[in-house]
Amino acid sequence: MPVGKMTSTILKTLGKKPSTRRYPSVKRTTFTGARGKIVIDLPGCIYCGICMRRCPADAIVTSIKEKTWSMDHFKCVNCKSCVELCPKKCLYMELEQATPSLKRTGQEPSLKNA
Amino acid sequence: MGKQTIIPFGPQHPVLPEPIHLDLVCEDEKVVDVIPKIGFVHRGLEKLIEKKEFLDFVHIADRVCGICSFIHGMTYCLAIEGVMNIEVPPRAQYLRVIWSEFSRIHSHLLWLGLTADAFGFEALFMNSWRIREHILDIIEETTGGRVIFGACKVGGVRRDISADKLKDVLNELKDIEAQMHECADVFLKDSSVKSRLKGVGILSKEDAYKLGAVGPMLRASGVPYDVRMSGYAAYKELNFIPVVENTCDSYGRCVVRIRELFESCRLIRDAVAKIPDGPLESKVVGFPKGEYFARAEQPRGEVVYYVKADGTKFLKRFRVRTPTFANLPPLLKILVGCQLADVPILVLTIDPCISCAER
Amino acid sequence: MGKQEIVEIKIDELVAKAKEFMAGNWRLVQICAAKLEQLELSYSFGKDHDLMTLRIILPSLDVEVPSITDIYFGAFGYENELHDLFGINIKGNAIDYKGNFYTMAVKTPFNTEAPRE
Repeated sequence: MPVGKMTSTILKTLGKKPSTRRYPSVKRTTFTGARGKIVIDLPGCIYCGICMRRCPADAIVTSIKEKTWSMDHFKCVNCKSCVELCPKKCLYMELEQATPSLKRTGQEPSLKNA
Repeated sequence: MGKQTIIPFGPQHPVLPEPIHLDLVCEDEKVVDVIPKIGFVHRGLEKLIEKKEFLDFVHIADRVCGICSFIHGMTYCLAIEGVMNIEVPPRAQYLRVIWSEFSRIHSHLLWLGLTADAFGFEALFMNSWRIREHILDIIEETTGGRVIFGACKVGGVRRDISADKLKDVLNELKDIEAQMHECADVFLKDSSVKSRLKGVGILSKEDAYKLGAVGPMLRASGVPYDVRMSGYAAYKELNFIPVVENTCDSYGRCVVRIRELFESCRLIRDAVAKIPDGPLESKVVGFPKGEYFARAEQPRGEVVYYVKADGTKFLKRFRVRTPTFANLPPLLKILVGCQLADVPILVLTIDPCISCAER
Repeated sequence: MGKQEIVEIKIDELVAKAKEFMAGNWRLVQICAAKLEQLELSYSFGKDHDLMTLRIILPSLDVEVPSITDIYFGAFGYENELHDLFGINIKGNAIDYKGNFYTMAVKTPFNTEAPRE
C-alpha cells in the first residue's frame, strides 16, 4: 500500500525511548575532540601581542606597556589560532565551553589551574 | 486574460530557511511573472581581506555559510595553494575528502527535512533531522565543531583522525546508512509525495545549461557535469561517477540528492580504505603573488573562488561565486507557469542558501 | 584539473566574444570586478573543466559597459552587483534594479572613488 511505508516507521518509534535528552538535568558527555574555552598561564606571558594581531574575531586585548591581557569569551570562536601561535606556549584550550554569564565585559582572564 | 494580482512571498515565510523576497504576478492561481529581490543579509565579507592576513582568512571563509562551511574553507585553501604552488600531502587530501563528504551528507539531510516540511510532511522532517544528529556527532568527535569545522588550513589540515577512530566512524556509518535507506524509501515511493513533485517545475536540458544552472539542478536535467570529476583533492583516485537523472522536474532533483547521499557513503568507505600514512601539512613560505580561480563541488553546486595577490601578506581581491547565486535565473524560469501552492516547493528544490549568495 | 587562461580584450569586443562563446557551448561562470590601481572586469566562461576569462580594463567610470543579458540571461545578477558595489554603468540590463539590489548604508563601498549620492 503506498501510504503504509511511513506508518511502520512511526509505529516503531512509538515503542523506543525518545531521541531527545532532558537537558539541563541530563547533560551531554563532552567529546574527546571538542573545542572549548581558552585559558592562559599568566606568569609566562610576555605581552608580545601576536595573539591580538592574529585573532580572526578580535577577541584578545593586550598591552605591553600596561602589562595586561584580557579576552572577551563571547567574541571568541574557538578556532585555536592563538594557542598555536603563542611563542611562549602559555595559552591552552580546555574541553568545556565557556559558561553563560550576565556580564559581557570586565571579566578577569581565565587562569590555568596550576 | 484574467485579472492580475501581485502577491509578495517572503522575506519571512514558514518554509524559507533564509530571507528572499519574490513578487509573484498571478492570474487567478497561476503565476505569470516573478520579480526577485535579495540583499537582506549582505555582510560585505569580501572587503575583510584588507584587515586580516591571508593565513588567518581561512577562518572567515569558513563562516561564509553555515551549512556548507567546510567546503568554503577548503576551496579558499585550494585557491591560495594554487597561487603559491604548494603541494598538499596525500593524507591531508584524503582527510579533506572525508570531511567534504560528511558535509555533503548533512547538508542533503537538512534539505530533505525542509522539503518534506514544505508540503506538510512533518514526520519525515523530524526523522531526517534525527539521522542528521548522528552525523553531526561524528563530525564533532573528529573536528570539534558541529557545523563550523575549522579543520582546514593553507597547506593541509589542522588535525588528524586516528585509525581506531576511522574504524568507529565506519561502523556508525553502517547504521546510519540503513536508517537513511528507510527514510529515502518513504520519500521516493509515497504516492502523495509523488503527486506533488512529478511534472512540476520543468527545466529543459538546454535551458539549464544556457541559464547557468549548477549542481543537482543541472544534473537532474540530464547534463553530466560535476566539479569532482576534474579530480581536485583525492577524488582522482576514488573512481567518482556523477549522479544524473533525465526527468527535468522537481522529482528528478530530489532523486539526484538522495542518490548522492549513498554515493557519499561509498566515497567515505573507499577513502578510509585507501588513506595513506604521512604528514598532515606542508610548510607555507613567503607571500602569494598572482591570480587564480579555484573551483569545488559544494552540496548545492559549483563554487568559484578568485584570489588576486601582489606579494604582501594581505590579499588584493577575493571573490566568491556561490552556487545559489547561479541558480537564481533558473528559479525565475521554473516559477513561471506554476500554481501558487507549488511556489514554496519550487523555491526549496533549488536548495537556497541565501547567506552564501550574498556573503 | 582543467586549464585556466586570462585574455585581455577591449570593451567593444565584449558582445561579439560573448556570442562566440554561446555558439561554442560555453556557459557563463562568473563576472567580477577589482579596484586596484585601475578598474578591471573579469568575465569567466567555462566548458567541461576549462575556464577562459576575458579581462577588460576600464579607464574611468563614465565609460558604459554593454550588457550581455540578451545572450546570457543569467548575467543580470552579476551586473547589478557590479553597479551596486563599484559604481560601474551597465547599459541594457534585462532586469535593472537601479542601485537597489543590495540594501547598504554606504553606496559603492568597494570603490571609494565613485561618486556617492
